[in-house]
Parts: sequence; C-alpha cells; structure tokens
Amino acid sequence: MSELVFYLMAAATVLCALGVITRPNPVHSALFLVMTLFMLAVFYIILEAHLVAALQIIVYAGAVMVLFLFVITLLNLKGDPDEPAHPMLRIVAYAVAATLAAGVAVVLMGDAGATGAGAVLAEGFGGTRALARVLFTDYLVAFELTSMLLLVAVVGAVVLAQRDPASESPLAESGEDA
Amino acid sequence: MVGPTHFLALSSALFFIGAAGVATRRNIVVIFMSVELMLNAANLAFVAVARGLGTMEGQVIVFFVMTLAAAEAAVGLAVILAMFRNRQTVDAGEISLLKW
Repeated sequence: MSELVFYLMAAATVLCALGVITRPNPVHSALFLVMTLFMLAVFYIILEAHLVAALQIIVYAGAVMVLFLFVITLLNLKGDPDEPAHPMLRIVAYAVAATLAAGVAVVLMGDAGATGAGAVLAEGFGGTRALARVLFTDYLVAFELTSMLLLVAVVGAVVLAQRDPASESPLAESGEDA
Repeated sequence: MVGPTHFLALSSALFFIGAAGVATRRNIVVIFMSVELMLNAANLAFVAVARGLGTMEGQVIVFFVMTLAAAEAAVGLAVILAMFRNRQTVDAGEISLLKW
C-alpha cells in the first residue's frame, strides 16, 4: 500500500475521531464514531486481520453503536448544553493530548525496526481458522472466563436498568402506563 | 513503505483524541464514546504489532478487548440510564456525590 493512501485514510480517521469529541450533539458524535470504527476495520483488513475486521463491523459498528444510539434517543438528549467547566480546560486538554501524541509519534519514527516490519506471514494468517486455533488452545481459560464476564454483564445490565417497583409505583400509575 | 510504526502512530493519535474527549466533555454518553475510541486505538496497536511480528496472539487479545467493550457498553449504558432516571441529567459535573 502506498504511503499516500495511508496518510489520506489516517487523516480521515483522525478527523472523524475529532468529530466525536467536538460535536455538541451526541447523535453526531455517535455517527462520527461509527465512521471511525469503519475506517479502523479497513485498517484491520490492510493489516491482514480479516476476522477482526469483520468482528469490528458486526460487533462494534453494529451492536455496540446501535446500543449507544438507542440510549441517546431514549434519554432524549437533543439540545443539551455541553460546556466544559472552564473554557481554558478544553484548550489545555487538546494541547496536552496533541503534545503526547506527537511525542509518541516521534519516538516511534526514531525506532522503526522495533516492531518487526518484515515478518513472513503464515498461510491463512488472520483468518478464522488461525485465530480459533490460538483462541481454543493457548487462551482457552481466558475464553471461558470471558463467557462468565458476559453472563455477569448481562445480569448486571438487567438489574441496573430495571425500574424499582416499590419506589416508583406512583409514577408508574400516573404517567408511565399511558 | 507503510509499516507497523505508522499504524502505531495513528493508534496513539486516536488514543489521545479519546483522552482529550474524556477530559473536556461533560455529557457522560460522549465521555463513554471517547472511552470506546481509546479502546479501539489500543486494538489498532495490537493488530499492527501482530502483523509486524507475524503472530496471532495480538488478534486474540483484540477479540477479548471487543468482548470486554461490549460488556462494558451494556453495563455502562445501564448505569447511565439508572442515573438519568434518578437525577434527570447526563452532565458528569452534576454527579458529584462521591466528589471530595
């Protein structure tokens, strides 16, 4: 892949990411985040991580972002003012973040060989078979623990999101049943 | 030649954009989205290094991070919903009960 294509795509990704944190409307932020996640899926394909790219689109851009948009519409956040505590805080935070990112970039560019740029890839690298073989052998315990994590998350989300019938029953009778 | 270094630089840029979002925004849903952005930046770094070293371990970690992010989004958004139900706000500055 030519450098020009990479830099154009990287610039588009960074612009979308900046849109996430600068748009006052949370729906716009969510849509910019979907764009960023799609761009990252393209980068994953470039990096030969085909299964991860598919999961990125299905799980992140599909499921998680729909959950976000659903909650935003449920909360009806339109027109919510979103000013930082101090006007200077925004400038200082952006300056610190830009400085740190530039510092990391400089360190990385000065040490380009450290990440092994020229590794020879095995047949089927990044496919379902290759990932599943590592996942279900070396990382089997972690995989099983992940199922526990998801179970706990499901139960926790249901418990947290449900209404308390004892404390909110007058409200439910007056307005919520309609 | 575009190597893993370029992707790592992009990853750090996205990570610090997410960090700046967490620091500046007051809408807690947008703060949450910034955290997702930081998680995705870390994922990109894992995938880039996995490609550079020619090993699958980095992609397996990304698989776990995605699972974690999905669980985190479900629980976190449920917390936000419960909070909005009790306080009628999503302003992180208003939620100061634990603030010293």
